[in-house]
Amino acid sequence: MRELSPSARLRIEELSARYPHKRSALIPSLQIAQREAGYVSEEAMVEIARLMDLSPNEVREVVSFYSLLHQQPSGRYVIRVCTNISCQLCDAEGILHHLRCRLGIAPGETTPDMKYTLLEVECLGSCGTSPVMQINNDYHDNLTPEKIDHILDGLQ
Amino acid sequence: MDTKILTRNLHVPDLQEIGVYESLGGYRALARALKELSPDEIIETVKKSGLRGRGGAGFPTGLKWGFVPKNSGRPVYLCVNSDESEPGTFKDRLILEQDPHQLIEGTILSAYALGCRLAFLYIRGEYVRPAEIVERAIAQARDRGYLGKNILGSGFDLDIVVHRGAGAYICGEETALLESLEGRRGHPRLKPPFPASVGLYGSPTVINNVETLANIPHIVNNGADWYASIGVPGNAGTRLFGVSGHVVRRGVYELPMGTPLRELLVDHCGGVRPGRRLKAIVPGGSSTPVLTADQVDVRLDFDSIARAGSMLGSAGVIVMDDSTCMVKAALRISRFYAEESCGQCTQCREGTEWLHRILHRIEGGRGRQGDLELLLDLCANMKGRTICPLSDAAAMPIESYVQKFHAEFDAHIREQRCVIRDAPPVAT
Repeated sequence: MRELSPSARLRIEELSARYPHKRSALIPSLQIAQREAGYVSEEAMVEIARLMDLSPNEVREVVSFYSLLHQQPSGRYVIRVCTNISCQLCDAEGILHHLRCRLGIAPGETTPDMKYTLLEVECLGSCGTSPVMQINNDYHDNLTPEKIDHILDGLQ
Repeated sequence: MDTKILTRNLHVPDLQEIGVYESLGGYRALARALKELSPDEIIETVKKSGLRGRGGAGFPTGLKWGFVPKNSGRPVYLCVNSDESEPGTFKDRLILEQDPHQLIEGTILSAYALGCRLAFLYIRGEYVRPAEIVERAIAQARDRGYLGKNILGSGFDLDIVVHRGAGAYICGEETALLESLEGRRGHPRLKPPFPASVGLYGSPTVINNVETLANIPHIVNNGADWYASIGVPGNAGTRLFGVSGHVVRRGVYELPMGTPLRELLVDHCGGVRPGRRLKAIVPGGSSTPVLTADQVDVRLDFDSIARAGSMLGSAGVIVMDDSTCMVKAALRISRFYAEESCGQCTQCREGTEWLHRILHRIEGGRGRQGDLELLLDLCANMKGRTICPLSDAAAMPIESYVQKFHAEFDAHIREQRCVIRDAPPVAT
């Protein structure tokens, strides 16, 4: 299952054609692989390298550079909590503390049931409505402990 | 005075729909320009308008466009920098999410002026929803014949490719953005050569910020003189100020360049929270030197803020009241730059780490005599010596926090604890 699906392979080939140089499709291709498996597996990196005419190491060095690409399986819900300056001024520390207590994990960890991964991240660009967190693709802002409980209660 | 250009239609429901945008006069500048204006005439108009880049550096946009060589025999590329990642900055997201066609029209006009047939919109990886909104708007524009082959019968072809980043602050730096777009680590390139002559895939390339390009349709519609008459001399137009931190009403405010900081904070944002006093203001994103409360009458334009010893930068205004521990604020900022340094240059890779480590021990009550001198010495050695400005961006704020709040830092070291946190609120 960690290898690319045929549809992902097709999507990567389509993407490559959109750019004057195929290698420009590398990061979007890694994003496709991650969307499918929840992380970028070694097998996916090797296969994408082949599709892009790159060495596996050229792909690995790109994956390790970008914070949104994960090389380990993550939870079904990845929770990114911003603690940068504008959020810090509005008690992001309290928000992170609440999430740690509620989930029973520290930033960088995943719950044993693989439901949640908690990450402390840099500025998400939502400073006017801080504190903010991102759960998978969606932003949740003006957070309070009560609001967080409500959001998490609604996740399957 | 209510001078809104970019945000004047944001109250209109469904503005993301192309029909709504068109009903408000949208894409009229494009239709007129393709019929009546030559590419060079548009470049001249933008030069005369006085528009300066809204990403941070404030470089004159028309001048930047003028650097692209004519007839180089290579394709010209335009990159829309939507990597908005400077802490305290959240203005481009407003345009991307709420008025994407304004940006697309500006991008098409700019591409036409530059002779570009393929543009890239590089958007930070976290902005998944904004990217979806822009993709949808691009598809609508393509359906209407504003993008694709032979646009509105003019013979001009253009497509825009939305390219999502994958999480790296450095990719907002224009040459790092190009590296990332080419499928590599975001390592900034040595300049010269500048991207205008050797950029994406070795071809002439212009990189412009979202807010910059969103201004273009209005300049084409209303003329250079109209635009230049807004704001103050040398600083034309309006600016999207993103205000965060300790004010009553945070948010994005569009105001003419040169508006006094006090007016933004008091009249628009409602001042600092009740019972608190203004302590410090970061005027242009976390990398800009901090201003003190007694500088609140400075005007918000590139040149006035520079004279006050800081930078207008991305116009991300971060407000701190008297409950703020400046050591803790500096520590968080130093951590960000240590995390985001790409590691190419020694001064930056090592310097950002050192700053973070020293601030960490001061904040934790383990500061040593001589630490403040050491911080300032490090900052001096980090500035102006690296491939890109990240090292300066890391050093400038820390230097300013230590210099302007020296007594507070000193007290942290002397008393080995925070001297702010327990301070009671004052009556106003």
